[in-house]
Formats: sequence, C-alpha cells, structure tokens
Amino acid sequence: MKFNFYALRAIYLHEMDRFRRTLLQSLFSPVLSTSLYFIVFGSVIGDFVQKIDGISYGSYIVPGLLMLTLLTQSISNTSFGIFFPKFNGTIYEILAAPISTFEIVLAFVGAGATKTLLVGAVIFVTSLFFTEVRVEYPILMIFLLLLVSFTFALFGFLIGVLSSNFEQMSIIPTLVITPMVFLGGSLYSLDMLPPFWQTVTYFNPVVYLINGLRFAFYGVSDFNIWISITTMILFLIICVTLVTMILKKGYNIKN
Amino acid sequence: MSENQITINNLSKVYENGFSALKNINLKIKKGEIFAMLGPNGAGKTTLINIICGIVTPSSGNVTIDGFDIIKNYRETRSKIGLVPQELTLEQFETVFNNVSYSRGLYGKSPNPKHVEKILKDIYLWDKKDLRLRQLSGGMKRRVLIAKALSHEPSILFLDEPTAGVDVELRKEMWNVVETLRKTGVTIILTTHYIEEAEAIADRVGVINQGEIIVVDEKTELIKKMGQKKLLIELHEEIRTMPENLSIFNLSIGHDNRSLIYTYNVKSEKTGITDLLQKIKDSGLKLKDLKTEQATLEKIFVSLVRESNEI
Repeated sequence: MKFNFYALRAIYLHEMDRFRRTLLQSLFSPVLSTSLYFIVFGSVIGDFVQKIDGISYGSYIVPGLLMLTLLTQSISNTSFGIFFPKFNGTIYEILAAPISTFEIVLAFVGAGATKTLLVGAVIFVTSLFFTEVRVEYPILMIFLLLLVSFTFALFGFLIGVLSSNFEQMSIIPTLVITPMVFLGGSLYSLDMLPPFWQTVTYFNPVVYLINGLRFAFYGVSDFNIWISITTMILFLIICVTLVTMILKKGYNIKN
Repeated sequence: MSENQITINNLSKVYENGFSALKNINLKIKKGEIFAMLGPNGAGKTTLINIICGIVTPSSGNVTIDGFDIIKNYRETRSKIGLVPQELTLEQFETVFNNVSYSRGLYGKSPNPKHVEKILKDIYLWDKKDLRLRQLSGGMKRRVLIAKALSHEPSILFLDEPTAGVDVELRKEMWNVVETLRKTGVTIILTTHYIEEAEAIADRVGVINQGEIIVVDEKTELIKKMGQKKLLIELHEEIRTMPENLSIFNLSIGHDNRSLIYTYNVKSEKTGITDLLQKIKDSGLKLKDLKTEQATLEKIFVSLVRESNEI
C-alpha cells in the first residue's frame, strides 16, 4: 500500500458527514451573521457612505466579509475536526490505522477547506441579493479562495493539535483572527486611516489577503496583487513546516 | 501454531513525565494463539498494546509483526491489526453501520457493505445498525468496538479489557466470538482483570507488573508448575483434635470437623500423599472420600504480583 486512498476518503467523508448533520450551525449560522453585516453595513449604513475607489460601500465590503468568513470557518472547521477525536478518544483509531501523517493532514484539511468553500459560495450568492457584486478576475478569485481556505484550514489543524481544551481552541479565532480581519481593511480602505495607523496596519498580514481578494473582485487594491499572493504562500509554507514538525514529534497526540 | 507472529525485543517506554511504563520487554506471540496478559492497574499492559498498534511511540527496542518492523513498515503491520480499546471511545452521533464502515476505510479496505453486514450479524448487532451510538447500552457499544476492530479482516486482534463492565451473558458471548475467531486463524492478545477469562479462553498467559514481564507460560503449564493443590480427606467420624502422628503434615481440620485438608505443591518431587494416607490409617481414622482441588490462575497471579512487588 503506497497511498491509503480509502483512509483518506473515509476521514474526508466522515468530516463532511458531520458538516451535513450540523447544517444549522455549520452553514446557516455563518451565512446569517454575514448577511446581517450586508444588511446593516451594506444596505442601511452603506447608502450614507461615499463611494470608495468608485465602488459603492455595500459592494466594497463584500470581499472583506467573505474573507472574514473564510478565515474563521476554515480555522474552526479543521481545528474542531482534529480536536474532537482527541477529546472523545476516537483518535486512537486514526493513529492505529495504516495511514501516513500526510494523508491524515490532507484528509482533515481537505474536508475543512471544502466546508469553508461551501459556506463561502453560499455567502457569495447571498451577497448578490443585497448589493451589486462583480468579479473582474474570476480565475484569480477562485485561486485565492482555494489558497486561503487550504492555508487557514492547515492553520486550524495546527491549533486543533496543539489545543488541550475547547477554550484554547477558540482563543486564536476569537482573539487574534477576528480583530485582525476587522482592523485589516475589511470594512474600509487603508487610505481612510491616519498615516500612523496605516503604517501599523502594514504589519497585519490579513490586510494583504483582503486586498488580494478585493483586487480579484473589482480590480482595486491598496497593494500590488503579487504582494498578497506572496504573503499567502509564505503563510502556507510556515503552516506546512510547523504541522510537519509537530506531527513528527507526536506532540499532544502520541504521548 | 508454532510460528512467531509478533516479536518484541528489549522494548522500553519512558513517558515525558519520567514515568517508566515498560522496562526491557521481550516477548514472542505465536500465530493463531490466544495470549492473555494479566497485570494489576498501571502495570503497562495498555502501553504495550498501544506501542504495537502504533498509538504510542516506544523509547527503545523494536517490535516486528510477520517480520515487518512496526515503525519502518507501519502500513504492513497496522493493516494486520485490529484493536478493541479499553475505553468506550466512539463517535456518539454516528450510526453503528457507518461507524464500522468508517473503520474499514481507515485500514485501507474498499467499502464492502456485505462484509460489514456479516460482522454485525455475527455479533448480534444487525438490528441496531441504523441506531446512533449514543442510543446504545454500554454492552452494545463494546460490541461495536469489536465490530470496528474486525471490519478490515485483521489477522491479529488486540482486546484490551474486552469484557470490563459487561454482564455475564455478554461476556460468554464474547468468549464465543473469540473462539470463532481463533478457528479462522486470528491471533488474539487480550488483557483482562478477570482471571477466569484468561483461564477459560487463553492458550498462554503472561503476567506483567511494574512494566516488566514476570512470567510467560502455557496456561495449563503455569497452573501445573506453580499451582498448589489441596487434598480434601473426608472422614467417616468426627475429628476434634489432630492425632499426634499427623502433626508433621501441617494439616487443617475442615469446618464440618469431618475432613482434613492437606496442601501440597505439585512441583515437588515428593508430595507426601502416600505417607499421609498411611499415617491416617495408622491413627485409626477411617477414610470416606478423597478430593483434590487445583489452584486457580487468580491465586497464582496474586502470588506472582506479590512476589514481584517484594523484590
């Protein structure tokens, strides 16, 4: 057996089945909360805000809100996916199976990213009901959505492996990712900030992700698109390296 | 049944907190046998099983299965093993059928609903196949764990305390399952606290204490070699005091005052039974009946562990 395809398939389908069983929480809840942003910031307040780079405010915030969902969902889906078997003890079965570390990661991250992309697709379609959305570079958009979903699903896997309880698992998405997205230009352009805060924002990596997606949508960005892509790939490399190192040591799982 | 299937060489495990769970274990398990591992809580039984199955990384030493190293050739070794863990660790919100099918997939086997159906029928779970795990009783969940372990047709089955907390009827049923598996050539290694379980179904017994194997032997040999036997001598008349000529035998008088109890070791060359019977005759006591009672594995186990703790 060179590659355990059936194990990969089993974990992937098992995770997707959990998604299906909990649709209310896993799909409806993020779609509803993002729709509320569209209604409040886009339709209600948006009419009183001037256009940014020639785009109405309601349309301008769509990529940022989509990115917020992608990041939080991909992290929480995958971190929960690997943490839950650790929590209830069923991880023994995965550890005892003839499956490589790479296959385990691929299955969980693949399922986490798929769930995220499904949620993202529904949110994208929902946004069309509230505001005018156009996609200038659809292939770039799909590439960025895939890249972000897989990268942050991998990051979520890392959090799930390192966490020893539910509290630790929610710290990063709640206390780190959400503020980074909100302060990373999801609802405004960096030009609107005073110079000092603009400089501070440059240290927030999420800024580059949001701007990359906004470029794919409307062709406008605070940065060159290659800076965004490079940032994402760098983060992906960091996540892959950390996951490989930690799983090789068996950290928090095998000992 | 003589070919060794599992070979454990100088295996040790020291956990990160410094606890030494296994100390230089050497053991060989034969193909097709039922091997029972006895030991008190914390003796290292589960750690040993978990290392062989790949759940815990050993600190030193090696284990081979059919000649394959469990670390270098983990795909070959793990696909041969089925594990029934001690805890009832199951995905509570999943159905029985899906749970078992999931395990089969993990072990690299293509979906085979017919095989899953056969297993579920064999262990009387077929009528529960669509129930979610949280709807099952503890005994039923234990059966699901067995079904999961058998889902990929393993040639080695580890049963870590398989009948802990199950009723007598289910325990007997499980023994039947084990017996059926043995007939198909599956090697079975079980850990248990129920000595009667080891006595009823095992071919060989190993006793482990404080991370060390104290003894490994054929079950019957172990009982024969190490066990003490009791000779119960029933008398026609009542006896209140021990006749003087019998004092050298360390006899005791039974509760009914109509019997004498003689304890002897079957390992000794001379049991002293002939002398004893002659002396009883000399003392004028009349024999009614003679019975012997073999020491149980439980007594042997307790004495072995006690001896090992004293060292």
